Amino acid sequence: MDVLFEYLLRLGDDRLVLGHRLSEWCGHGPVLEEDIALANVALDLIGQASRFLGLAGRVEGKGRDEDALAYFRDVIDYRNVKLVELPNGDFGRTIVRQFLFDAWSVLLLERLQQATHAELAGIAAKACKEARYHVRHSGEWVLRLGDGTEESHRRAQTALDELWPYTGEMLAADEVDRAAAGAVAPGVAALEPAWREVVSDVVRRATLTLPADGFMHSGGRQGRHTEHLGHLLDEMQILARSHPGATW
Amino acid sequence: MVSGASAGPDSVLEVLRGIPDPEVPALDIVELGIVRRVELTSDGAVTVEVTPTYSGCPAMSMIEQEIVAALRANGYDQVELRTVYSPAWTTDWLSDAARAKLKAYGIAPPGHTIAEQVLVPLISSVRHAACPYCGSANTERKSEFGSTACKAIHYCHHCRQPFEEFKAI
Repeated sequence: MDVLFEYLLRLGDDRLVLGHRLSEWCGHGPVLEEDIALANVALDLIGQASRFLGLAGRVEGKGRDEDALAYFRDVIDYRNVKLVELPNGDFGRTIVRQFLFDAWSVLLLERLQQATHAELAGIAAKACKEARYHVRHSGEWVLRLGDGTEESHRRAQTALDELWPYTGEMLAADEVDRAAAGAVAPGVAALEPAWREVVSDVVRRATLTLPADGFMHSGGRQGRHTEHLGHLLDEMQILARSHPGATW
Repeated sequence: MVSGASAGPDSVLEVLRGIPDPEVPALDIVELGIVRRVELTSDGAVTVEVTPTYSGCPAMSMIEQEIVAALRANGYDQVELRTVYSPAWTTDWLSDAARAKLKAYGIAPPGHTIAEQVLVPLISSVRHAACPYCGSANTERKSEFGSTACKAIHYCHHCRQPFEEFKAI
């Protein structure tokens, strides 16, 4: 197993799948500004995914480009965490999920700027700038919703409680993360303390309650996904698979 | 214009300065910092290094096509494009002249980038952009996301005009 290839797939797939999920809000946002915001974040994430998967394809050396990796792999070959493939739910749930991911992503990308692979470090440095305003956006909304009305508080808390068991997968370092921490960039395996600090601070200021740790879902990194990813890929891949090689 | 091909890399840059950014046409792609480097060999082959403003900038492929087309029209037939990601594009590269052009175009120019220590600051601590129409600082940021990835939406309470700001990044 090539650690760098496997690690790049994870970076790319997390962002591709979450970017696609966010794009589902386009035209359906609760207010125009948020419709635009979610579409903008989706665009950033899909752009980042394109960079990471493009590099993954070159590292693999079998002639697959970012489009081949995005459109012609099946569920079992996707390496994203389950958190990002879950359906959007209401705006509050989308935002809470986004914040949990953004807070982790920005910390990871900060460390990846130190990657020994120059191109990976460059892509991470660029993506990190975007992740900073992503987490500012989703974090500000967690504050507004949590410390807002009774209804928004209830929905945000419900989302936090339901999504919490999916956060373990981002933090649990497996053999690929540990190998990456040696070969790719220092400090990428153990992000949990920094992530908990950011999340618990915002959750507290939002007057929400941090759920207790219990059962944590796993398996996404190994290709064992929820039923939702297949449906997402069907929609995302159908054009490319119906018209292979088409360009416009 | 075969004469262009016989001149130095400055003449290549001159051609590229004629290409406006598709989303912010007040600026050309050189002053926006998208063009990072130009090489011209003695046999007239041109290499242009470009960097995207944002990872998902949808205008990038259009810009690349326009670079090749503009150079061809000026006698440079061998054009190679290279995309670089490091150093990452920053609005700090915009000159004072470029900032003035943005303002005249109705877009508040970016402030200087600052490394925020807090990932999620208090909402009320957001910096106020000066209104490009009346200059007032009595403005409010409505959203960090605007009509393109590079712009935020603000509202001026003084002249009661919504306006866009080129985000500092």
